[in-house]
Amino acid sequence: MRRHALNILLPAATGALVIALWYAIRHGLSEDFKFLLPTPDEIIAALRDNSETLGRAIFNTTKGALLGFGLAIIGSGILALLMSLSSLVRVSLYPYLMILQMTPIIIFAPILILWVGPGLPSVVVITFLICFFPLVVNTTQGLISTDRNLVELFKMYRASRWQEIRLLRVPAALPYFFTGLRIAAVLAPIGALVGDYTAGSSAGNGGGLGFQAIIYSSQARYPALFATAAVTCVLGFVFVAGVLTVSWFALHKWHDSYQHNDH
Amino acid sequence: MTALSPIVEFKSVSKRYGDGPTILDQIELTAQAGDFISLIGPSGCGKSTLLRLIAGLNPVTEGSITIAGRTPAQEAAELAFVFQEPTLLPWLTVARNVELPQTLRRTASAERAAVRDRALDLVKLGDRGGAYPRQLSGGQKMRVSIARALTLNPKILLLDEPFGALDEMTREHLNEELLAIREQQAWTAFFVTHSVAEAVFLSNRILVMSANPGRIAHEITVDLPSPRTSETRLSRPYQDLVAEVSRLLRSVESL
Repeated sequence: MRRHALNILLPAATGALVIALWYAIRHGLSEDFKFLLPTPDEIIAALRDNSETLGRAIFNTTKGALLGFGLAIIGSGILALLMSLSSLVRVSLYPYLMILQMTPIIIFAPILILWVGPGLPSVVVITFLICFFPLVVNTTQGLISTDRNLVELFKMYRASRWQEIRLLRVPAALPYFFTGLRIAAVLAPIGALVGDYTAGSSAGNGGGLGFQAIIYSSQARYPALFATAAVTCVLGFVFVAGVLTVSWFALHKWHDSYQHNDH
Repeated sequence: MTALSPIVEFKSVSKRYGDGPTILDQIELTAQAGDFISLIGPSGCGKSTLLRLIAGLNPVTEGSITIAGRTPAQEAAELAFVFQEPTLLPWLTVARNVELPQTLRRTASAERAAVRDRALDLVKLGDRGGAYPRQLSGGQKMRVSIARALTLNPKILLLDEPFGALDEMTREHLNEELLAIREQQAWTAFFVTHSVAEAVFLSNRILVMSANPGRIAHEITVDLPSPRTSETRLSRPYQDLVAEVSRLLRSVESL
């Protein structure tokens, strides 16, 4: 009980301290530099004043993030399945997946605009590329790490290859898949933001949070810029919370990682 | 099938993995329907390999095995295997785990449920069908694993040290249950164990194996009366047999 109260009180105290410091620093700044550090109340006011623009930007960024994330889940699932079926496929592709992961996607952003067009298509492709690697690596690992005894059991019962995949390898890979999904969920909104920052477009009201950040930055509207950052942060939390919820439903009844929530 | 027809026959069976050492050397073995045969011996004597050959999980290197006149690969439907570990699927309930062999054979769901309930009742877990494996004790998990094997209504049950990881009390209890189940489902059993007491209690034949290469060194016939109960363990003939098998086991281990 006492532990529980501390778990809430301590972070709240830290937050209060940071905000107090924030106001203190701002107070200490000379009048000429005060605009560089907007206070929390100014940020909240900016959030209210720009709610319509930011709302649209959130919608566009979320759309890009969800599409890229979803396509990465589907694409990585298919590739992971192929790689798990054949070590030859795995050996052939793995180095290039590593190279893809090491390549800073942002360098390709300008040319992506030329390839697939500005706005949503570019945002989706960049999000997809950023989410793909952790998903494919974890899911493949899960699909090839099936308990040998269980594989033998299926062999003993003369299960078909497809039954082995569907009833054994895929469910056994779920915990690994969700590990990858949690990483990808953190990356998806960031990927969409980066994509939008470099390849965003205002055409047809299609600009997202990244695009909005450029505008606020160039117009020196710093409270609105901070508000954009805060909104992006919330979006990230929503993505992660969504994945944790799905993961809980899929695993809590049987997986050891949820053991303590059982009773 | 009459009581004296051979159900499993080994003719000069040898087994090597690749270019490795000979695991089993010239095994001759005939099992009659209804036999309960325990295999006991030092590590590396090939007793688990012998089970895997019967199951058709690995091919023989030399010689031949026939099961009711057919090869192990053809006869797999008549066999069930209980592994050392419970090997349950953790994401399935107990009921779904027990149904698994029937699910894989695409049995209709009504029949699947009937077979499953009968098997769960046999191992006295009729009320735990909705539980997940992690909610069960080690002994209960093993019983689920046995129930799963029984759903196949096997002619031959292969058990590879199924109770090795359990405490003594649980093991003795499950030994008695296994014999009680056998009263209702007549299968021929091959049982690998490290426990002399368990082998004597369960079997009518005990094969003591020696290692490097694996051979059948001794065979002991156990003619204790049935039904065997916890009382059996206190009887003089039982204790004499335990002493004799222990002595034979020591003699092959010091080779």
